[in-house]
Amino acid sequence: MRVALFLTCVNDTLFPETGKATVRLLRRLGHDVEFPAGQTCCGQMHLNTGYRRQAVPLVTAFEETFAPYDAIVTPSASCAAMIRDWHPRLAPSSAGTAASAGRRVHELSEFLVDVLGVTDVGAYFPHRVTYHPTCHSLRTLRVGDRPLRLLGEVRGIDLRELPDADECCGFGGTFALKNSEVSAAMCADKVTAVRGTGAETLCAADNSCLAHIGGALTRTRAGVRTLHLAEILASTEQAPA
Amino acid sequence: MTGRAAREDGPGRGAMPTYLGTPSFPDAARRAVSDARLRGNLAHATTTIRARRAEAVAELDDWAELREAGRQIKDHVLEHLGHYLRLLEEKVTGAGGTVHWARDAAEADRIVADLVKATGETEVVKVKSMATQEIGLNEFLAEEGITAYETDLAELIVQLGDDRPSHLLVPAVHRNRADIRDIFLRAMEDVPAGLTDSPAELAEAARRHLRAKFLSAKVAVSGVNFAVADTGTLVVVESEGNGRMCLTLPETLISVMGIEKIVPSRRDLEVFLQLLPRSSTAERMNPYTSMWTGVHPGDGPRNFHLVLLDNGRTATLADDVGRQALRCIRCSACLNVCPVYRRAGGHAYGSPYPGPIGAILSPQMRGVGSEVDASLPFASSLCGACYEVCPVAIDIPEVLVRLRARVVEDGPRRPLERVAMAAAGWTLRSPTRLALAQRAASSARRVVARGGRIRRLPGPLGAWTETRDAPAPPSESFRAWWARTGGREEDGG
Amino acid sequence: MSAREEILRRIERVESARGARRATGDGDVAAAYARIDRRYLRRHHGGAGDGGILDLFAARVADYRATVLRVRVSEVPGTLAERLAAGSGSYGVPSGLPAEWTSATRAALVRDPPVSSLDGLAGAVTGCAVAIAETGTIVLDHGADQGPRALSLVPDRHLIVVLAERVVADVPEALERLDPRRPLTFVSGPSATSDIELTRVEGVHGPRALEVLLVE
Repeated sequence: MRVALFLTCVNDTLFPETGKATVRLLRRLGHDVEFPAGQTCCGQMHLNTGYRRQAVPLVTAFEETFAPYDAIVTPSASCAAMIRDWHPRLAPSSAGTAASAGRRVHELSEFLVDVLGVTDVGAYFPHRVTYHPTCHSLRTLRVGDRPLRLLGEVRGIDLRELPDADECCGFGGTFALKNSEVSAAMCADKVTAVRGTGAETLCAADNSCLAHIGGALTRTRAGVRTLHLAEILASTEQAPA
Repeated sequence: MTGRAAREDGPGRGAMPTYLGTPSFPDAARRAVSDARLRGNLAHATTTIRARRAEAVAELDDWAELREAGRQIKDHVLEHLGHYLRLLEEKVTGAGGTVHWARDAAEADRIVADLVKATGETEVVKVKSMATQEIGLNEFLAEEGITAYETDLAELIVQLGDDRPSHLLVPAVHRNRADIRDIFLRAMEDVPAGLTDSPAELAEAARRHLRAKFLSAKVAVSGVNFAVADTGTLVVVESEGNGRMCLTLPETLISVMGIEKIVPSRRDLEVFLQLLPRSSTAERMNPYTSMWTGVHPGDGPRNFHLVLLDNGRTATLADDVGRQALRCIRCSACLNVCPVYRRAGGHAYGSPYPGPIGAILSPQMRGVGSEVDASLPFASSLCGACYEVCPVAIDIPEVLVRLRARVVEDGPRRPLERVAMAAAGWTLRSPTRLALAQRAASSARRVVARGGRIRRLPGPLGAWTETRDAPAPPSESFRAWWARTGGREEDGG
Repeated sequence: MSAREEILRRIERVESARGARRATGDGDVAAAYARIDRRYLRRHHGGAGDGGILDLFAARVADYRATVLRVRVSEVPGTLAERLAAGSGSYGVPSGLPAEWTSATRAALVRDPPVSSLDGLAGAVTGCAVAIAETGTIVLDHGADQGPRALSLVPDRHLIVVLAERVVADVPEALERLDPRRPLTFVSGPSATSDIELTRVEGVHGPRALEVLLVE
């Protein structure tokens, strides 16, 4: 099986540690992963902001770049949802065929649980953690409890339940800018919920939402750090996250 | 018919006359967000109803199948709308009713006013109706010298408070019991002395206030929840009994309905009478549902008029993706789960249709030319909670995305955003250009960031750092690291 | 062009622009209608071994804070007499209400009261057309034992005698039994509102007390 990592433009630019953790984790589980250098962006920002026409060439390029791979793993539920739901509509030439990336893309927790069939990835992370299921992982991809099953097997972890976990954090891409007051109000409530858990670490399957909540956590000096799911799962006693 | 009717070959756009000049959503929402009392009232009401809806829905094992049937029935009607409208007209007429057609709000208002005037009356009682809100009927009747009395409790609160509705089902949801007491004390001429804020007392006050009106009213105006095409039967779903009063006691009944409210056959009600109450008030069944077919000799109104309203619905029908908004049965479940609605309140939507469904209905019915309509498709984080609870499976996020594209193409121009998006697109179309941009960002990090965070971003991005730190770019992008090490951390990761 | 013609023309334009095959005859529409997927249940309770639907009906009506009394046929006159004696004033009854039901009643009864007098009555006693166990709903079709719609609406108490054979398991079965040409009123508990803080309060414009005699 030839596996490609689609890191996403946001992770590539701002959160390289998530990419490194994903590579380390998959290698530890015995799977090599390639990073196709032609990759850039899935087109989600343009599509969701109304620039559908600008999204189309990004989608076409994506489909070409990832055509040779059997599986595409991405540490972003939001981008996985974009590829699965929207790529077939925006690049109809590949829609519905086995070649469509939408059929080969897996969000990281889906890839681990469904494709590799593992929930215990041999991780060690002796900290209090709460998990925020991002909207696209919860309601678009429907990853269900996969991330929690993976986290549940991490040695040393103290997993705290997040109240009103299914509430949106208020990120929503350019929504955070266009409706910044409403977005900030949603974020403030999420921060309150996170702080109430007593967790030291907030974990999610999307760095964009984490950056949003994390930005408010550091601004309010909440003493809670944010870590992508991949980084906790890659963490070991020898190489802690 | 009237000089104010829509242009003959126009696109069939609608108007909602009482909402002209509404500010854009972010501007209106900003005020609501800072109103702690309003946010408290909304949070309290919506949290309660959400949990109860979830229980009421979970009670039925076949909810998914009912939802699918509801979706298909509505889609079928939209696919054959002309056929069913003709059939409904024939059946209503055959049962002794009179059918009128209105291209837009102005035409519908004129029809209703003329019908009232023909009775010689100057007062009407009204059952809560979204269609008459949409056409601004009360305001129009007032101009024509006719007083309309709203009889639904929440509509009464809105009317007495000289306010606007903020929720589909509970137009006064932004008011708590203490607010309602104050409004009654201020504006209800026969308010009981010593009225407290107990909900039972407030309901009792409304009962006493309206009883004489019901008993003396000669004309009533209602909306319609469902119209059964093959029998001409009309259905109104309600709770308080004010609907029954209006539909039963007056001599003349005028019902206004959007042309999409049709179901083909009586059998279809078995689906919607299960979907609607559980989604809306979280009840197994709402207290009262009334059905009537034309005129029933010896029981109820002697004259029945049905006004079929377009007002932008045919324009909505024209969009392959957007037309699903016409499946809406006005349950309001999407409002109650929407995190944006809960903070921004219903007034920010600048239309009688607030919340997620309003954000996709108003810009389609009215077009995206105004500031508020152009801002509504963006009034969502696309979290998808609305789609999940919708009893007729309207994919609201999908329609929002569709309408965002329409706003970019046809709405007010946003030159700065256009340039930014074009630049981002140009960068992202090439991995080489993306790598260059990443390198530039990395070298700028020392200037802008402290402790790995940015506390203030320039220009429009400053909205982010008002309340949140932004992540600083790393010293090296993943792409650069991979190129340098081939992905082997021991080589320098 | 009339509004009617224009709206219908707008719809036709949409249909032809969509390139949809226009349904030209009623047969095409009927065929499309028949294809609608109806895999939902005809009833949620009332299968074999599922307990009685009468128990379910009684429990569901009571959930709305209505009063439910389960009686045998022979007990109807006595029970009704007791219930009516609990209030003061006269009660409206439709002329088609079985006379034996009110044979033991001492309260004043007004047969087929005119609408103008209804507000002065203490309550009304009616039968019903159908009752739905799943939702605790009683449906009136305003036949001879139920009277016109106003009778069971304006007075503050509504007593309904529900015969066991009128109770069906669920909504679909109820609609099958009803004649759409008649006026229909579906009653689920007393008048109520959710308009204050989205919390249910019983008692607004319709009858504030709903009393059900379930006759087995």
